[in-house]
Amino acid sequence: MSGLQKWRARGHVAYLAFVVHRVSGVLLALFIPLHLWTLGKALNRPQALDSFLVWSDQPLVKFAETGLVLMLALHLGCGLRLLMLELLAWRQWQQTLAALAAAGGVAAALLFALRLA
Amino acid sequence: MSQTLQVDVWRGGADGHYQTFEVPHREHQTVLDVVTYIQRELDPSLSYRYACRVGMCGSCAMSVNGKARWTCRTHVKRVVEHGRLRLAPLDNLPRIKDLATDMAPFFDKIGQARGTFVPTRTRHDPFAAIAPDSPARASIDEAIECIGCGVCYASCDTVAWNPDYLGPAALNRAWTLMQDSRDAAHAERLLAVAGDAGCHACHTHMSCTERCPKQLSPTASIAGLKRLALGAALKGEL
Repeated sequence: MSGLQKWRARGHVAYLAFVVHRVSGVLLALFIPLHLWTLGKALNRPQALDSFLVWSDQPLVKFAETGLVLMLALHLGCGLRLLMLELLAWRQWQQTLAALAAAGGVAAALLFALRLA
Repeated sequence: MSQTLQVDVWRGGADGHYQTFEVPHREHQTVLDVVTYIQRELDPSLSYRYACRVGMCGSCAMSVNGKARWTCRTHVKRVVEHGRLRLAPLDNLPRIKDLATDMAPFFDKIGQARGTFVPTRTRHDPFAAIAPDSPARASIDEAIECIGCGVCYASCDTVAWNPDYLGPAALNRAWTLMQDSRDAAHAERLLAVAGDAGCHACHTHMSCTERCPKQLSPTASIAGLKRLALGAALKGEL
Protein backbone atom coordinates (compact mmCIF):
# COMPACT_ATOMS: atom_id res chain seq x y z
CA MET A 1 0.00 0.00 0.00
CA SER A 2 1.37 3.39 -0.86
CA GLY A 3 2.05 5.78 1.99
CA LEU A 4 -0.33 8.36 0.53
CA GLN A 5 -3.23 5.88 0.46
CA LYS A 6 -2.43 4.90 4.02
CA TRP A 7 -2.76 8.51 5.16
CA ARG A 8 -5.88 9.10 3.10
CA ALA A 9 -7.54 6.17 4.89
CA ARG A 10 -7.28 8.27 8.07
CA GLY A 11 -8.86 11.32 6.48
CA HIS A 12 -12.24 11.12 8.22
CA VAL A 13 -13.73 13.63 10.62
CA ALA A 14 -13.29 11.64 13.85
CA TYR A 15 -9.61 10.97 13.11
CA LEU A 16 -9.01 14.64 12.34
CA ALA A 17 -10.67 15.54 15.66
CA PHE A 18 -8.30 13.11 17.39
CA VAL A 19 -5.27 14.70 15.70
CA VAL A 20 -6.42 18.26 16.52
CA HIS A 21 -6.98 17.24 20.17
CA ARG A 22 -3.51 15.70 20.46
CA VAL A 23 -1.58 18.40 18.60
CA SER A 24 -3.28 21.23 20.50
CA GLY A 25 -2.54 19.37 23.75
CA VAL A 26 1.16 19.01 22.91
CA LEU A 27 1.45 22.69 21.91
CA LEU A 28 -0.26 23.78 25.13
CA ALA A 29 2.05 21.52 27.13
CA LEU A 30 5.04 23.19 25.44
CA PHE A 31 3.61 26.62 26.34
CA ILE A 32 3.11 25.86 30.05
CA PRO A 33 6.84 25.99 31.02
CA LEU A 34 7.12 29.39 29.28
CA HIS A 35 4.01 30.56 31.10
CA LEU A 36 5.33 29.44 34.51
CA TRP A 37 8.78 30.91 33.78
CA THR A 38 7.14 34.27 33.09
CA LEU A 39 4.97 34.11 36.20
CA GLY A 40 8.04 33.16 38.23
CA LYS A 41 9.54 36.55 37.41
CA ALA A 42 6.77 38.21 39.44
CA LEU A 43 8.16 36.57 42.58
CA ASN A 44 11.85 37.31 42.20
CA ARG A 45 12.43 39.82 39.41
CA PRO A 46 9.45 42.20 39.03
CA GLN A 47 11.41 44.55 36.77
CA ALA A 48 12.19 41.70 34.40
CA LEU A 49 8.48 40.82 34.34
CA ASP A 50 7.58 44.43 33.53
CA SER A 51 10.00 44.55 30.61
CA PHE A 52 8.70 41.18 29.37
CA LEU A 53 5.13 42.50 29.52
CA VAL A 54 6.15 45.57 27.53
CA TRP A 55 7.81 43.28 24.96
CA SER A 56 4.66 41.12 24.82
CA ASP A 57 2.59 44.18 23.83
CA GLN A 58 4.02 44.01 20.31
CA PRO A 59 1.36 43.32 17.67
CA LEU A 60 3.04 40.11 16.49
CA VAL A 61 3.10 38.67 20.02
CA LYS A 62 -0.53 39.65 20.51
CA PHE A 63 -1.38 37.91 17.26
CA ALA A 64 0.46 34.81 18.45
CA GLU A 65 -1.72 34.88 21.56
CA THR A 66 -4.71 34.40 19.24
CA GLY A 67 -3.14 31.12 18.19
CA LEU A 68 -2.78 30.20 21.84
CA VAL A 69 -6.45 30.91 22.48
CA LEU A 70 -7.31 28.86 19.38
CA MET A 71 -5.29 25.89 20.69
CA LEU A 72 -6.91 26.19 24.13
CA ALA A 73 -10.43 26.42 22.72
CA LEU A 74 -9.87 23.54 20.28
CA HIS A 75 -8.42 21.36 23.03
CA LEU A 76 -11.37 22.16 25.29
CA GLY A 77 -13.90 21.54 22.50
CA CYS A 78 -12.32 18.23 21.46
CA GLY A 79 -12.10 17.15 25.10
CA LEU A 80 -15.79 17.89 25.65
CA ARG A 81 -16.60 16.00 22.45
CA LEU A 82 -14.69 12.98 23.75
CA LEU A 83 -16.49 13.08 27.10
CA MET A 84 -19.84 13.25 25.34
CA LEU A 85 -18.94 10.35 23.05
CA GLU A 86 -17.88 8.17 25.94
CA LEU A 87 -20.38 9.08 28.62
CA LEU A 88 -23.61 9.81 26.76
CA ALA A 89 -25.76 7.51 24.69
CA TRP A 90 -24.96 8.77 21.23
CA ARG A 91 -25.15 7.31 17.77
CA GLN A 92 -24.98 9.27 14.55
CA TRP A 93 -24.14 12.82 15.52
CA GLN A 94 -20.39 12.51 16.12
CA GLN A 95 -19.63 14.58 13.03
CA THR A 96 -21.81 17.35 14.42
CA LEU A 97 -19.89 17.15 17.69
CA ALA A 98 -16.56 17.44 15.89
CA ALA A 99 -17.86 20.37 13.84
CA LEU A 100 -19.11 22.08 17.01
CA ALA A 101 -15.72 21.60 18.67
CA ALA A 102 -13.94 23.11 15.66
CA ALA A 103 -16.45 25.95 15.30
CA GLY A 104 -16.26 26.77 19.02
CA GLY A 105 -12.47 26.83 18.91
CA VAL A 106 -12.27 29.10 15.87
CA ALA A 107 -15.01 31.38 17.25
CA ALA A 108 -13.16 31.83 20.53
CA ALA A 109 -9.93 32.69 18.68
CA LEU A 110 -11.74 35.14 16.39
CA LEU A 111 -13.40 36.87 19.33
CA PHE A 112 -9.99 37.21 20.97
CA ALA A 113 -8.45 38.59 17.76
CA LEU A 114 -11.32 41.10 17.34
CA ARG A 115 -10.89 42.25 20.92
CA LEU A 116 -7.24 42.99 20.11
CA ALA A 117 -8.14 45.08 17.08
CA MET B 1 -15.16 3.60 -18.25
CA SER B 2 -11.81 2.22 -19.41
CA GLN B 3 -11.75 -1.23 -21.00
CA THR B 4 -9.17 -2.68 -18.61
CA LEU B 5 -8.09 -2.33 -15.01
CA GLN B 6 -4.49 -2.27 -13.81
CA VAL B 7 -4.55 -4.31 -10.61
CA ASP B 8 -1.57 -4.35 -8.25
CA VAL B 9 -1.82 -7.46 -6.07
CA TRP B 10 0.34 -8.27 -3.09
CA ARG B 11 2.24 -11.52 -3.66
CA GLY B 12 4.08 -13.53 -1.04
CA GLY B 13 4.15 -13.23 2.74
CA ALA B 14 5.51 -10.43 4.92
CA ASP B 15 8.44 -9.86 2.52
CA GLY B 16 6.43 -9.93 -0.67
CA HIS B 17 5.92 -7.44 -3.47
CA TYR B 18 3.15 -6.11 -5.73
CA GLN B 19 2.48 -7.82 -9.05
CA THR B 20 0.44 -6.00 -11.67
CA PHE B 21 -2.30 -7.75 -13.65
CA GLU B 22 -4.48 -6.45 -16.47
CA VAL B 23 -8.13 -7.34 -15.93
CA PRO B 24 -11.17 -6.57 -18.14
CA HIS B 25 -13.27 -3.79 -16.62
CA ARG B 26 -16.96 -4.72 -16.56
CA GLU B 27 -20.15 -3.05 -15.41
CA HIS B 28 -21.31 -4.06 -11.89
CA GLN B 29 -17.97 -5.79 -11.23
CA THR B 30 -16.97 -6.30 -7.60
CA VAL B 31 -13.42 -6.32 -6.28
CA LEU B 32 -13.88 -10.00 -5.47
CA ASP B 33 -14.81 -10.58 -9.12
CA VAL B 34 -11.50 -9.00 -10.10
CA VAL B 35 -9.49 -11.21 -7.73
CA THR B 36 -11.38 -14.30 -8.87
CA TYR B 37 -10.70 -13.41 -12.54
CA ILE B 38 -6.98 -13.16 -11.81
CA GLN B 39 -6.97 -16.50 -9.99
CA ARG B 40 -9.01 -18.33 -12.66
CA GLU B 41 -7.68 -16.75 -15.84
CA LEU B 42 -4.23 -15.30 -15.17
CA ASP B 43 -2.48 -16.93 -12.23
CA PRO B 44 -4.00 -19.96 -10.45
CA SER B 45 -1.35 -19.74 -7.72
CA LEU B 46 -2.97 -16.59 -6.27
CA SER B 47 -4.17 -17.20 -2.70
CA TYR B 48 -7.18 -15.40 -1.26
CA ARG B 49 -10.19 -16.22 0.86
CA TYR B 50 -13.94 -16.03 0.27
CA ALA B 51 -17.04 -18.12 0.83
CA CYS B 52 -20.56 -16.66 0.59
CA ARG B 53 -20.04 -13.79 -1.94
CA VAL B 54 -23.08 -11.99 -0.49
CA GLY B 55 -21.77 -10.12 2.54
CA MET B 56 -22.62 -12.65 5.21
CA CYS B 57 -19.55 -14.75 5.98
CA GLY B 58 -16.98 -11.98 6.47
CA SER B 59 -14.11 -13.93 4.92
CA CYS B 60 -13.23 -11.88 1.81
CA ALA B 61 -12.00 -8.70 3.51
CA MET B 62 -8.80 -7.17 2.19
CA SER B 63 -7.16 -3.82 1.71
CA VAL B 64 -8.38 -2.01 -1.41
CA ASN B 65 -6.50 1.17 -2.33
CA GLY B 66 -5.40 1.53 1.29
CA LYS B 67 -8.76 0.90 2.99
CA ALA B 68 -9.97 -2.38 4.47
CA ARG B 69 -13.18 -3.48 2.74
CA TRP B 70 -15.40 -6.50 2.21
CA THR B 71 -14.56 -7.19 -1.41
CA CYS B 72 -17.70 -9.16 -2.37
CA ARG B 73 -19.91 -6.10 -1.81
CA THR B 74 -17.45 -3.46 -3.01
CA HIS B 75 -18.12 -2.38 -6.58
CA VAL B 76 -15.00 -1.56 -8.57
CA LYS B 77 -16.50 1.68 -9.91
CA ARG B 78 -16.79 2.98 -6.32
CA VAL B 79 -13.13 2.48 -5.44
CA VAL B 80 -11.10 2.46 -8.67
CA GLU B 81 -8.65 5.35 -9.02
CA HIS B 82 -7.44 6.27 -12.53
CA GLY B 83 -8.19 2.74 -13.75
CA ARG B 84 -6.08 1.20 -10.99
CA LEU B 85 -6.69 -1.01 -7.95
CA ARG B 86 -4.14 -1.85 -5.26
CA LEU B 87 -5.02 -5.00 -3.32
CA ALA B 88 -3.22 -6.14 -0.18
CA PRO B 89 -3.96 -8.47 2.73
CA LEU B 90 -5.59 -6.93 5.80
CA ASP B 91 -3.30 -4.81 7.99
CA ASN B 92 -2.51 -5.71 11.61
CA LEU B 93 -2.60 -9.46 10.92
CA PRO B 94 0.22 -11.87 9.95
CA ARG B 95 0.40 -12.40 6.19
CA ILE B 96 0.28 -16.05 5.15
CA LYS B 97 0.45 -15.74 1.38
CA ASP B 98 -0.76 -13.19 -1.15
CA LEU B 99 -4.14 -11.83 0.03
CA ALA B 100 -4.69 -14.37 2.82
CA THR B 101 -3.92 -13.36 6.40
CA ASP B 102 -3.72 -15.47 9.52
CA MET B 103 -6.94 -14.50 11.36
CA ALA B 104 -5.95 -16.42 14.52
CA PRO B 105 -4.90 -13.32 16.56
CA PHE B 106 -8.23 -11.68 15.70
CA PHE B 107 -10.32 -14.63 16.89
CA ASP B 108 -8.01 -15.33 19.86
CA LYS B 109 -8.75 -11.83 21.14
CA ILE B 110 -12.49 -12.45 21.01
CA GLY B 111 -11.72 -15.35 23.37
CA GLN B 112 -9.53 -13.15 25.59
CA ALA B 113 -12.40 -10.66 25.84
CA ARG B 114 -14.57 -13.53 27.15
CA GLY B 115 -16.57 -13.44 23.96
CA THR B 116 -18.21 -16.78 24.68
CA PHE B 117 -21.73 -16.91 26.07
CA VAL B 118 -21.86 -18.49 29.54
CA PRO B 119 -25.39 -19.76 30.21
CA THR B 120 -27.21 -19.31 33.48
CA ARG B 121 -29.73 -22.03 32.62
CA THR B 122 -29.59 -25.58 31.33
CA ARG B 123 -31.38 -27.12 28.35
CA HIS B 124 -33.95 -28.46 30.76
CA ASP B 125 -35.07 -24.98 31.82
CA PRO B 126 -37.73 -23.05 29.90
CA PHE B 127 -36.61 -20.48 27.31
CA ALA B 128 -35.46 -17.15 28.71
CA ALA B 129 -37.87 -14.33 27.84
CA ILE B 130 -36.05 -11.21 26.56
CA ALA B 131 -38.34 -8.32 25.75
CA PRO B 132 -37.20 -7.00 22.33
CA ASP B 133 -37.80 -3.41 23.43
CA SER B 134 -36.03 -3.69 26.78
CA PRO B 135 -33.23 -1.06 27.06
CA ALA B 136 -30.47 -3.67 27.33
CA ARG B 137 -31.67 -5.60 24.28
CA ALA B 138 -32.32 -2.45 22.25
CA SER B 139 -28.82 -1.16 23.04
CA ILE B 140 -27.24 -4.08 21.17
CA ASP B 141 -29.62 -4.21 18.20
CA GLU B 142 -26.82 -3.20 15.84
CA ALA B 143 -23.81 -4.69 17.63
CA ILE B 144 -25.05 -8.27 17.36
CA GLU B 145 -24.96 -8.01 13.56
CA CYS B 146 -21.13 -8.23 13.48
CA ILE B 147 -19.95 -10.82 10.92
CA GLY B 148 -16.36 -10.99 12.19
CA CYS B 149 -14.74 -9.85 8.94
CA GLY B 150 -11.79 -8.14 10.64
CA VAL B 151 -12.16 -4.85 8.73
CA CYS B 152 -12.38 -2.88 11.99
CA TYR B 153 -9.33 -4.67 13.41
CA ALA B 154 -7.29 -3.96 10.29
CA SER B 155 -8.35 -0.29 10.27
CA CYS B 156 -7.53 0.37 13.94
CA ASP B 157 -4.36 2.35 14.67
CA THR B 158 -4.53 1.38 18.35
CA VAL B 159 -4.14 -2.28 17.31
CA ALA B 160 -1.14 -1.25 15.18
CA TRP B 161 0.43 0.65 18.09
CA ASN B 162 -0.39 -1.89 20.81
CA PRO B 163 -0.48 -5.48 19.51
CA ASP B 164 -2.03 -6.63 22.82
CA TYR B 165 -5.08 -4.37 22.36
CA LEU B 166 -8.18 -6.54 22.10
CA GLY B 167 -9.53 -4.54 19.18
CA PRO B 168 -12.96 -3.27 18.14
CA ALA B 169 -14.62 -6.57 17.20
CA ALA B 170 -13.67 -8.40 20.41
CA LEU B 171 -14.82 -5.48 22.55
CA ASN B 172 -18.02 -5.17 20.54
CA ARG B 173 -18.71 -8.86 21.18
CA ALA B 174 -18.00 -8.39 24.89
CA TRP B 175 -20.45 -5.45 24.99
CA THR B 176 -23.26 -7.55 23.48
CA LEU B 177 -22.75 -10.24 26.12
CA MET B 178 -22.56 -7.67 28.93
CA GLN B 179 -26.07 -6.59 27.92
CA ASP B 180 -27.33 -10.20 27.80
CA SER B 181 -29.31 -10.96 30.95
CA ARG B 182 -28.95 -14.72 30.32
CA ASP B 183 -25.16 -14.57 30.61
CA ALA B 184 -23.41 -15.62 33.83
CA ALA B 185 -19.93 -14.16 33.28
CA HIS B 186 -20.47 -10.40 33.48
CA ALA B 187 -17.95 -9.81 36.30
CA GLU B 188 -15.17 -11.89 34.71
CA ARG B 189 -15.78 -10.32 31.30
CA LEU B 190 -15.69 -6.78 32.63
CA LEU B 191 -12.39 -7.59 34.33
CA ALA B 192 -11.06 -9.00 31.04
CA VAL B 193 -11.97 -5.93 29.00
CA ALA B 194 -11.10 -3.23 31.56
CA GLY B 195 -7.34 -3.89 31.58
CA ASP B 196 -4.54 -1.97 29.84
CA ALA B 197 -5.22 -3.70 26.53
CA GLY B 198 -8.99 -3.40 26.84
CA CYS B 199 -11.62 -0.73 26.29
CA HIS B 200 -9.65 2.07 27.96
CA ALA B 201 -6.87 1.71 25.39
CA CYS B 202 -9.24 2.92 22.63
CA HIS B 203 -8.25 6.40 21.40
CA THR B 204 -11.65 6.99 19.77
CA HIS B 205 -10.18 7.40 16.27
CA MET B 206 -13.45 5.81 15.11
CA SER B 207 -11.81 4.25 12.05
CA CYS B 208 -13.64 1.02 12.98
CA THR B 209 -16.98 2.82 12.82
CA GLU B 210 -15.96 4.57 9.60
CA ARG B 211 -14.95 1.33 7.88
CA CYS B 212 -17.40 -1.28 9.25
CA PRO B 213 -19.11 -2.73 6.15
CA LYS B 214 -22.22 -3.45 8.22
CA GLN B 215 -22.24 0.18 9.36
CA LEU B 216 -22.04 -0.82 13.00
CA SER B 217 -20.29 1.30 15.60
CA PRO B 218 -17.74 -0.64 17.65
CA THR B 219 -16.78 2.75 19.11
CA ALA B 220 -20.23 2.98 20.69
CA SER B 221 -19.85 -0.53 22.12
CA ILE B 222 -16.41 0.33 23.51
CA ALA B 223 -17.85 3.52 25.04
CA GLY B 224 -20.55 1.36 26.65
CA LEU B 225 -17.87 -0.89 28.16
CA LYS B 226 -16.01 2.19 29.44
CA ARG B 227 -19.20 3.35 31.19
CA LEU B 228 -19.75 -0.10 32.71
CA ALA B 229 -16.12 -0.21 33.90
CA LEU B 230 -16.41 3.30 35.36
CA GLY B 231 -19.62 2.35 37.20
CA ALA B 232 -18.07 -0.84 38.57
CA ALA B 233 -14.92 1.02 39.66
CA LEU B 234 -17.01 3.64 41.49
CA LYS B 235 -18.85 0.84 43.32
CA GLY B 236 -15.53 -0.81 44.20
CA GLU B 237 -16.36 -3.89 42.12
CA LEU B 238 -13.43 -3.61 39.74
